[in-house]
Amino acid sequence: MDKRDPFRHNVLTSGHRACSGCGEAMAARMVTDLIGPDAIYVNATGCLQVFTTHNQQSAWQAPWIHSVFANAAAVASGVEAALRVRGKETPVVVQAGDGGTFDIGLQCLSGMIERGHDVLFVCYDNEAYMNTGVQRSSSTPHAVRTTTSPPGRLSQGKHHLKKDVISIIAAHHMPYAATATVAYFSDLKAKVEKAMTIKGPRFLQVLSPCPLGWEHDSALTVTISRLAVETGLFPLVELEHGELTGAMRLTQQQPVEDYLRLQGRFRHLFGTKEGAVEIRHLQALADARIRRYGLLEADAEWNTERVPQVKRHGHGGYAAAPEESNNDL
Amino acid sequence: MKQLLEGSQAVAEAVRLCRPQVVAAYPITPQTHIIERLAKHVANGELEAEFINAESEFGAASIVLGAVAAGARVFTATASQGLLLMTEVLFNIAGLRLPVVMVCANRAVGAPINIFSDHQDSMTLRDAGWIQLYVESNQEAADSIIQAYRIAEACELPVMVCIDGFLLTHTFEPVVLPSQVEVDSYLPAFQFARSLDPARPMTLGGGSEPDNYQEYRVAQHDAMEKSQAVVEAFDADFEVQFGRACGGLVQGYRLEEAQTVLLGMGSLMGAVYDVVDRLRDQGQAVGTLRLRCFRPFPVQALVQHLSSVQRIIVLEKAISIGAGGIVATELRAALQQAGIMTPVESVIGGLGGRDLTPEVIEEIFKETASSGIDVINRFAPNHIINGEAHHG
Repeated sequence: MDKRDPFRHNVLTSGHRACSGCGEAMAARMVTDLIGPDAIYVNATGCLQVFTTHNQQSAWQAPWIHSVFANAAAVASGVEAALRVRGKETPVVVQAGDGGTFDIGLQCLSGMIERGHDVLFVCYDNEAYMNTGVQRSSSTPHAVRTTTSPPGRLSQGKHHLKKDVISIIAAHHMPYAATATVAYFSDLKAKVEKAMTIKGPRFLQVLSPCPLGWEHDSALTVTISRLAVETGLFPLVELEHGELTGAMRLTQQQPVEDYLRLQGRFRHLFGTKEGAVEIRHLQALADARIRRYGLLEADAEWNTERVPQVKRHGHGGYAAAPEESNNDL
Repeated sequence: MKQLLEGSQAVAEAVRLCRPQVVAAYPITPQTHIIERLAKHVANGELEAEFINAESEFGAASIVLGAVAAGARVFTATASQGLLLMTEVLFNIAGLRLPVVMVCANRAVGAPINIFSDHQDSMTLRDAGWIQLYVESNQEAADSIIQAYRIAEACELPVMVCIDGFLLTHTFEPVVLPSQVEVDSYLPAFQFARSLDPARPMTLGGGSEPDNYQEYRVAQHDAMEKSQAVVEAFDADFEVQFGRACGGLVQGYRLEEAQTVLLGMGSLMGAVYDVVDRLRDQGQAVGTLRLRCFRPFPVQALVQHLSSVQRIIVLEKAISIGAGGIVATELRAALQQAGIMTPVESVIGGLGGRDLTPEVIEEIFKETASSGIDVINRFAPNHIINGEAHHG
């Protein structure tokens, strides 16, 4: 018997406890509604878990499990294996923040991808540990102020670059990996829908501005999300079997400063000589990403012809290899 | 059918007979023979299961957590460092009340790194919320696996079957393996009422607050306490069907009129039985009690067996650094609560695979643990005696 509430159709219902303007809540609502309630959702510890399952209440209208911080991809591997052995086709979706993806969850995620589990892993990337009060993660961009990368007499915020996780994921030569963000819903929709047609491990990194941690007006979540793309800081790309197969081109590049000025996490960079150096550095990083992905080249061609056909074979492995091969790749 | 099997092989065969649907593991000595044999069974089509090579023990525990929540019977095995790496997930499995069965091939914990057997790994996990059964033979290892699935699924509690590394896992003994039909009639097909299912969406693992967290923890504790009767009952059922039992919660040996009783766990008991026989032949009123079920701690059964004994010795292969013998401490508390003031001597030995030979065990029976013995044993090659006798 179907026990879902017939009056609520969203997988993630209203009444949860996200902050106003929360990019992650917005992204999760979009992603889960696109996938629907006939899926099993596995959540890492983090904001999404906390604000949707507070104290014996749940905002989820789909089967949902949370275990610990680091293991969402492994739990999903087990869920998927159980469904497979029981002959069920239910999709399995992981939702995790950047901590649960880039840092503490990376090992389990790598294992899940390497073993070819038929799971979509969605990372809502808000570029720091927001749930615990805005501490720096390996996703935090260079020069950002967090509570554990504070600017001071000897520091201009975070010293290290944002980890290029999409390249690390794509280096597993898995069927599909893409980046998206809340400002571009039709792009996000197309990527989720594409991911759901592919068997095997899939990965989606959704940049999700956090008004609290990024220190921006909660009405600007979408604006800032769009500027992240238009500056070149967050390219929207698709990679299949390790090959770049698509990137959203820009008609013109917006200056990085326009993006930084809207956010308190970069405020310390303005008005000082040292800060100006870091702003130039961030601009250079954006320029490099634009060159790398050819975002301003109208005639850039992606390697679509080099992407092998994806075939499902064996007991759950994904393959570009002949059907008779016992190898996953 | 009686076969000569390594402990690992006996475990793997018993696991196969229980029809797990998802097996996940990460290699670690001395557990690897178990999962190697299961991997081969899956590769040969002799076990219809997904065999998943996890990226770590943390991953292996997480995979079986997810699989059991999605409605599959599961198995994993580990030891030592691997068990400690699983720790966070093992607490979580217990808190989610998921019926996972695992084997701990008992091994010392580093540093210094040591691959040989003692009970430090699983005893360190005593507060994790897992039923822990310590077996004394390969036969009991196999039989306890079959019982463990039935206990876990009836109580919605995870069960850890603890098997001494090398001493059992790599040692051949004659083992009677039941047939598939026999196991199927003892162990019902897997069913889990709270499995993840879109037709019946449930939230597993949501948040709790100070106004209800404690209730969850107490409910877990109550379920553990109640599982004592289940462990006994399913062992009795097993005996009816298979003609042999595993010892329930605690198992006595030559306790009739015994004035001195040594309490121990696991494979060392074989040597203890020999020593008890020898001392009995010499006219000494000695006996022994094997603690099979360490969690839940079977207070009532222990008190019942030890109420009229004059001298109690606990010989254990683990140490709570800075506190001493773990079982001895818990036994003292249990006896005192029951008004029994018999001193409990705490002897710790066999750490990191050090042999507990019959000679050593006989010495433990003969020498009262006193400050004198303590000094002697600082230099003794084979065991340490931890502190003085506890005089009520």
